[in-house]
Amino acid sequence: MEEAAPNYFLIIGGVLFVMLNVAAALIWVERRLLALFQDRYGPNRAGPLGLFIVAADSIKLFFKQDWIPPFADKPVFILAPAIVVVTVLMSFVVIPFAPGVIVADLNIGLLFFLAMSSMGAYSIILGGWASNNKYSLLGAMRGAAQMISYEVFMGLSLMGVVLLSSSFSLVEIVEAQRGLWFFIPQIVGFVIFFIAGIAETHRLPFDIPEAESELVAGFHSEYSGMKFGMFFIGEYMGITLISCMIVTLYFGGWLGPDFLPPVVWFILKTAFFLMIFILLRASMPRPRYDQLMEYGWKILLPLTLLNLLVTAAVVLWVNE
Amino acid sequence: MFSLLRSMWLTFLHAFHKRETILYPEEKPILPTRWRGRIVLTRDPDGGERCVACNLCAVACPVDCIALQATEDDAGRRYPDFFRINFSRCIFCGYCEDACPTYAIQLIPDFEMGEYNRQNLVYEKKDLLINSEGKYPGYNYYKVAGMAIGGKGKGEAENEAPPVDIKSLIP
Repeated sequence: MEEAAPNYFLIIGGVLFVMLNVAAALIWVERRLLALFQDRYGPNRAGPLGLFIVAADSIKLFFKQDWIPPFADKPVFILAPAIVVVTVLMSFVVIPFAPGVIVADLNIGLLFFLAMSSMGAYSIILGGWASNNKYSLLGAMRGAAQMISYEVFMGLSLMGVVLLSSSFSLVEIVEAQRGLWFFIPQIVGFVIFFIAGIAETHRLPFDIPEAESELVAGFHSEYSGMKFGMFFIGEYMGITLISCMIVTLYFGGWLGPDFLPPVVWFILKTAFFLMIFILLRASMPRPRYDQLMEYGWKILLPLTLLNLLVTAAVVLWVNE
Repeated sequence: MFSLLRSMWLTFLHAFHKRETILYPEEKPILPTRWRGRIVLTRDPDGGERCVACNLCAVACPVDCIALQATEDDAGRRYPDFFRINFSRCIFCGYCEDACPTYAIQLIPDFEMGEYNRQNLVYEKKDLLINSEGKYPGYNYYKVAGMAIGGKGKGEAENEAPPVDIKSLIP
């Protein structure tokens, strides 16, 4: 482990600050980019290029009436939105942004990430359950089923990377990609992880738990004010997290030609995947719920297992 | 899988397309000539009011936003004493224009009627009357109607013959 102790609090504070701001800035980025892909301008009035929409939106969220429905289960209702933000922020602990810029280089970093992202499912289930509303409950049930099924091969698809780098630590995984970024040998794993990541963050092609055309807003129908804002921020931080993970695991993390500092490479790559997430939202229709499940269990899971087997065999054969 | 990537690519290409948005206050939209916007009262070619205060527009109005009072001038010509349209109620359906027998009331392509004070949306006759013949230039109701008013007897209008004198035996 690198000696990062002296500015430990600086790193924690920095990561927290950057991540919360990125999540807020994504409000603007997403709206501008969606508009770009839909032949519109998007927010362009408030401030330069409409950037102040971020401030306007957050002020609006803070000052909205924070209403708890009388039929809701109050403590759980309040707890649920906090869980999603906490779990996503906890996942950022293990992400190496640059050499030394990591909150904690756990030797089981990858497992920690998987554990934390699984915890995120609780926020959806509890939020939907505590709302005491049939649409919310339907959304929560869908969300639970979706996240549990996609969790299975999300973990398995990462095992290819673990086999190649023979480590669970994200720093060592990045270091192992000095010769070749893992998305070339692990292209199948990458595609599957990406799809599972979209499902994990319940982003638009897979926004089955929200599905505003069927379920009003799914699990967060009853939420308002900053509690809704927490789900909102949690979702944006979720896609940032998945983008960071993709970059770390398959696209060589901070590695890149020398003319730019490592952290800039990391940010550039992450921003690219954030844009892909938004492009996906602009271009994909939402699959039906049973299609989503079928796709997951019948296609992606066997494919993941096959990928794992082939990778293991190749690694074994090369090591012989 | 290929079709998904293709649709993503096509969506991405839209980033380089021309924007559909019209940036409104700087750039005015081009409205169709039959756009139903602000309601005006037009004048005939001689500059007189076309409105004969028949009340048909007020009757046709589904939201009752038109109020007027009929009166007559010395020549026996009917005109509205007051004519009031409450634009905070108006739904711009255009029924008043359809109902008008003299082409007086017309909807024009103008929608910029915002006000800070709601009372300012109540337009009086002086706000409604315009110095134009609107969509029907050259039309003058009293010149074609077979109605006697001061200075014009029966049958003296355009494309009209004097009425048959039923008490005369001369053919």
